[in-house]
Amino acid sequence: MASSYDYDDGSLDTRYARPPSSGQGGGGAAELSYDPNFVPDSVKTFVVHLYRHIREKNVYEIHQMYEGSFQRLSDRMFRENPWPSVEAIAPYVDNDHVFCLLYREMWFRHVYARLAPTGQQRVESWDNYCSLFGVVLHGVVSMQLPNQWLWDMVDEFVYQFQSYCQYRAKLKNKTEEELQFLRQYDQAWNIYGVLNYLQALVEKSSIVDILEREKEGLEQFTATDGYDYEGGTSNVLKMLGYYSMIGLLRVHCLLGDYHTGLKCLAPIDISQQGVYMIVIGSHISTIYHYGFANLMLRRYVEAIREFNKILLYILKYKQYHQKSPQYDQILKKNEQMYALLAICLSLCPQNNIIEENVIIQLRDKYNEKMTKMLRYDDEAYTVYDELFTYACPKFITSSAPVLEEPLINYNQDAYRLQLKLFLYEVKQQQSLSSLRSFLKLYSAISIGKLAAYMEVDESTMRTILMAYKHKMHSVASDGKIIPNADIDFYISEDIIHVVESKPSKLYGDYFLRQILKFEEMISELDRVKLD
Amino acid sequence: MAKCWHLLLSNSWLLGFDRAMGREPQQVSYTVEQLVSVNPYNPDILTELENYVNEQVSSQTYSLDANLCLLRLYQFDPTRLSIAIVVRILIKALMAMPAPDFSLCLFLIPEPVQADEQIKTLIVLSHYLETARFRQFWDEAAKNHSLLEVVPANVDGYIANHLGLVSIKEELNNVEMTVIQLSYGHFSGAGFEQAIQAYAIHVLSLSYQKVPRPVLAETINIEGLSLDKFIEYHVANSGWVLEKGTGRSQLIVLPRNEFNHPGLKKNSSDGMPFEHITRIFPVLS
Repeated sequence: MASSYDYDDGSLDTRYARPPSSGQGGGGAAELSYDPNFVPDSVKTFVVHLYRHIREKNVYEIHQMYEGSFQRLSDRMFRENPWPSVEAIAPYVDNDHVFCLLYREMWFRHVYARLAPTGQQRVESWDNYCSLFGVVLHGVVSMQLPNQWLWDMVDEFVYQFQSYCQYRAKLKNKTEEELQFLRQYDQAWNIYGVLNYLQALVEKSSIVDILEREKEGLEQFTATDGYDYEGGTSNVLKMLGYYSMIGLLRVHCLLGDYHTGLKCLAPIDISQQGVYMIVIGSHISTIYHYGFANLMLRRYVEAIREFNKILLYILKYKQYHQKSPQYDQILKKNEQMYALLAICLSLCPQNNIIEENVIIQLRDKYNEKMTKMLRYDDEAYTVYDELFTYACPKFITSSAPVLEEPLINYNQDAYRLQLKLFLYEVKQQQSLSSLRSFLKLYSAISIGKLAAYMEVDESTMRTILMAYKHKMHSVASDGKIIPNADIDFYISEDIIHVVESKPSKLYGDYFLRQILKFEEMISELDRVKLD
Repeated sequence: MAKCWHLLLSNSWLLGFDRAMGREPQQVSYTVEQLVSVNPYNPDILTELENYVNEQVSSQTYSLDANLCLLRLYQFDPTRLSIAIVVRILIKALMAMPAPDFSLCLFLIPEPVQADEQIKTLIVLSHYLETARFRQFWDEAAKNHSLLEVVPANVDGYIANHLGLVSIKEELNNVEMTVIQLSYGHFSGAGFEQAIQAYAIHVLSLSYQKVPRPVLAETINIEGLSLDKFIEYHVANSGWVLEKGTGRSQLIVLPRNEFNHPGLKKNSSDGMPFEHITRIFPVLS
């Protein structure tokens, strides 16, 4: 098994570029020079302005401060220390309860990103999320927050949960103090709580109903990016509910329950423009997990289609996000999706459904590996193993740890199970690749002859042919059978007739796009007034 | 700890949930399917889900969502895992082929549990079915007859309730045995066999326009007179046609579908969904 797979906090999943001098373990507040009660002037100004903007519902300004000022201040003054404690800044914001919860959320996120959180801090962060979501669920929140912030909240919630599962599954080197702590706070980040909070946000926000009504034209949601420009009602619960659907997909993937994960995402129609596309992080996370779930469900063509779209999108637009704190994460997911695409195409080769630019990138990165995977020798399995390990989500063991001797590290158990089952599936498809290469050479061939070429007996040949048919036809969630292979056949008594699906040139779509583009240009030119 | 969390985890979860949602607590009884869609992450429904599995087995119904929900709960709390129930879930999943339900269930079952002998057998059976090795499958299935018949816990009571045969049971031993075997076949084992045969025919329909009789026989594990009856039934009801093949062998012509007849393949190459065309209506007008 790949030994390079390491679940260490932060090293594989950092959101922000970690300064190399950051501590590896231990408390973030261990620096002697850090005084949690000291509030520099710049922080004072920051919280006062942010508080005012939130009260005035000035979403644009909030976004500027959240994305811009917070990062700049963190870079300048808090590279190795946490921000001032919430108690210290509370007096400057009228001790507003909700603002303090928001500030604490950002505080913990900073610790996770730049420092290494202690067990104590992890548990306190859980408490903070409970309080924050509790407030939102009781419907007493009236503010409007930028979508980026709301997405980050849900994303971070799931990330910290995943990180905690890793943390508490590594028992070997824990001190007695840490073990005692785990025993005492055994309810923190428990799986029921995490799932139920996400579920509650989805239910209480009625987001599924809203999306349904929008399809019938009875509601404005996507058109206003989820905000309420006229009425000014809060978008917080609605958007948290929306993003929680993606959160649920993610958590279910971490558990290995791909079917239910896709069900949770079902109310969002990813073939259409949607609110999930507004924040690039949410767009990428949605498609990554959607594609991965489809890969595990053997719906290869669906996975390939979606990976193709998102990789093209990232290629076009990543330059605009270079300065953003999510840039590293975007690049990481980009690489992982290329690996998943390589796996999908090796298991289920396709003609012509991938964009030219994506193919070029893919060949650049994985041409050699894909050739190896298609050969299906021993080396092939190593490559499948390597790519899967690199690209898969960080699976977790959801049950509570057994805190008695012998203390072992079991944080890799979940991943090992998923990898094993994946490689098992790959093994079952072993003969299909060579069958496919033979089928490409003939338009009709007798079973006997083909069996001779493939060096198997006739009975085995029939078995391989039927296995090919079964593996290359996936079952959609509504029970329909969907063909995936580009080379197909049918058998009449003893003769195999090969059917190759012609690569289809989609002229219609192309013309449509150009028509709309030119219309746009013409109307823009019309608007230009020449004096 | 945050108070909200305790609220969520109270024993009367649904009451707590209703309160958290701002609704008046209701003493409504929820069906299992409703529980799974409304309140799946709740350890209190575990027993109900287990009962539902047994109900699925005896009434020949199936619910993937409910079974996945139960496997998840087992994962959250391994002390409550019941191997017998897991075995039943896996057997039902096998019967759902060609859907990938069996793999979906395996993804959720921890490795130590998968080392159980019964589950290992089921994994082998699934492997044979996935790779279309039907002959090996039927051989292995025959060796594991007892596992696949999913014997209900209280056999006598089961027979008594369903067949009213308690009085006969006590008399001649031979008669009793025959009766029991028939009821197994009728209520549980046969359901499994038929489901796998349906899957076998599905794969044959994907692959063959005309399938030789011996191939059909091996795939569905029926021979001789029973096979004749079987073919007769499908000729009358499923559009099968008998033909003479080369060397006086019998050929079964399967109904045409888009998978075994290239001409019927839906030509989606240049078809466009209507919604896309509507985009240029403003331009055309």
